[in-house]
Amino acid sequence: MLDIQKVRTDFPILKREVNGYPLVYLDNAATSQTPQVVIDAIVDYYSNYNANIHRGVHTLSQEATDAYEQARQKIQLHFNAKHAHEIIFTSGTTHGINLVANGFSSLLKKGDEIIVSALEHHSNIVPWQMLCERTGAVLKVIPMNDNGELIMDVYKDLLSNKTKLVFVNHISNALGTINPIQKIIDLAHNKGAAVLIDGAQASPHIKVNLQQLNADFYVASAHKMCGPTGVGILYGKEAWLNKLPPYQGGGEMIAEVTFEKTTYADLPHKFEAGTPNICGGIAFGVAIDYMNNIGFNNIANYENELLKYATEKLLEIEGLKIYGPDVLGAKTSVISFNIEGIHPYDIGSIIDKLGIAVRTGHHCAQPIMDYFKIPGTVRASIAFYNTKEEIDKLVVAVKRAKEMLS
Amino acid sequence: MTIKEIQEEIIDEFSMFEDWMQRYEYIIDLGKSVPLIDQKYKTEDNIIKGCQSKVWLKADVKDDKIVYTADSDAILTKGIIALLLRVFSNHTPQEILNADTNFIDEIGLKEHLSPTRANGLVAMIKQLKLYAVAYQTKNN
Repeated sequence: MLDIQKVRTDFPILKREVNGYPLVYLDNAATSQTPQVVIDAIVDYYSNYNANIHRGVHTLSQEATDAYEQARQKIQLHFNAKHAHEIIFTSGTTHGINLVANGFSSLLKKGDEIIVSALEHHSNIVPWQMLCERTGAVLKVIPMNDNGELIMDVYKDLLSNKTKLVFVNHISNALGTINPIQKIIDLAHNKGAAVLIDGAQASPHIKVNLQQLNADFYVASAHKMCGPTGVGILYGKEAWLNKLPPYQGGGEMIAEVTFEKTTYADLPHKFEAGTPNICGGIAFGVAIDYMNNIGFNNIANYENELLKYATEKLLEIEGLKIYGPDVLGAKTSVISFNIEGIHPYDIGSIIDKLGIAVRTGHHCAQPIMDYFKIPGTVRASIAFYNTKEEIDKLVVAVKRAKEMLS
Repeated sequence: MTIKEIQEEIIDEFSMFEDWMQRYEYIIDLGKSVPLIDQKYKTEDNIIKGCQSKVWLKADVKDDKIVYTADSDAILTKGIIALLLRVFSNHTPQEILNADTNFIDEIGLKEHLSPTRANGLVAMIKQLKLYAVAYQTKNN
């Protein structure tokens, strides 16, 4: 069981007011809030052991290196990767995707195929389009149905011996759909294709078991998991990471340099050129500890309860339509909705005046909006520190916006 | 009336409102009441795409003055467009280029002109000024 009152006191920002109202923060799919323990870890780092890592012989550098590498191990254990060096620190999910896309430049040839899903964030479409332009590979798209679910039969038909890489998000940021990634991975592997999963939306809600999933690559961001912005991870199977060429040149990623030849460092440093976000990596580890202390089962149960409550309450509003799967268990705590005849921007602007933070617009997923022929949606996304009272406030605010705009 | 005078008139009108609700209701009414642009001009050429809402803007010249027509798919955006057109339309290019949009701050709607809103209004004001530059250059 989750002690919601205690959990809320862990997050200082939840005490603030916005436009004269207590903040109701329902934009968790964009970024989660930060608990005090993570803020303390950031302050502790800069107050007590700020130093560059992996090269200093002095004590501070050793302490910072130890803390950073311990964070990597925590992340490895949390995601159940086989080795700590399969966890590459990145600046976030987008960076991880670009790293893989760039690495595949040298592995693809004209006529090879990459499969992505119709449920992708823009950051998940553009790197592959760029990769296809560079290599002559062809981009194929798994379509979705009216419930915002991927059509698996079409996926099976798209897969062939030409398929070299499949890229799908674990959970859709725009609709909250949980994709059947285990099936997607297994089917791709049958054809010898590698699979990259975007776990940005899944990792805050689900305890991901990478060895069980057998994904070749998996990416996530700290800032959606109660950690700081500007840091994330790319998981890659050791064999794949050894196969990919380095992404950026610089310090840390080299073993030996002469003007004739450079030998690259071993994993994970091969992909971590330059001074990394040391503090961010350490704080990410603390955030993962924090979430595990609460427990991912507790988080999932509580969030599902709130999702069910919010869905029922919002659907009582006449003309309100929710996009995405309507079955609980098929989606996580994202409610993407519109009210007939009203633009999402107008609703978002008015409820912001009432202290409620939601996201409006196309959520960087224009193809999904085009599919539904809508300019965008209002998206309320729930975290484990939200309450039923806050959902009630959302519903009251949306009703008020509807009255003003109708 | 000069642009400055129109802006002062709007500020004066808004001073009657007691809170944001009343200001928003007025903007919503403005957004609902006026057809600001002919449907046939809602074309790809005239569109300014914001992340949040779309804006269409068209400029014509009449007696050395620029007449703007514009529209948006969001009502709040459209209501603010109505205010912007009341201020900027039907003036000479020089007047338009000399004018600023500070009145939007003064009437308590500045959040709608914030670039993070990405509602198309900031881009629309830029485009509106670019038309003025273009007509001025053409006449010189």
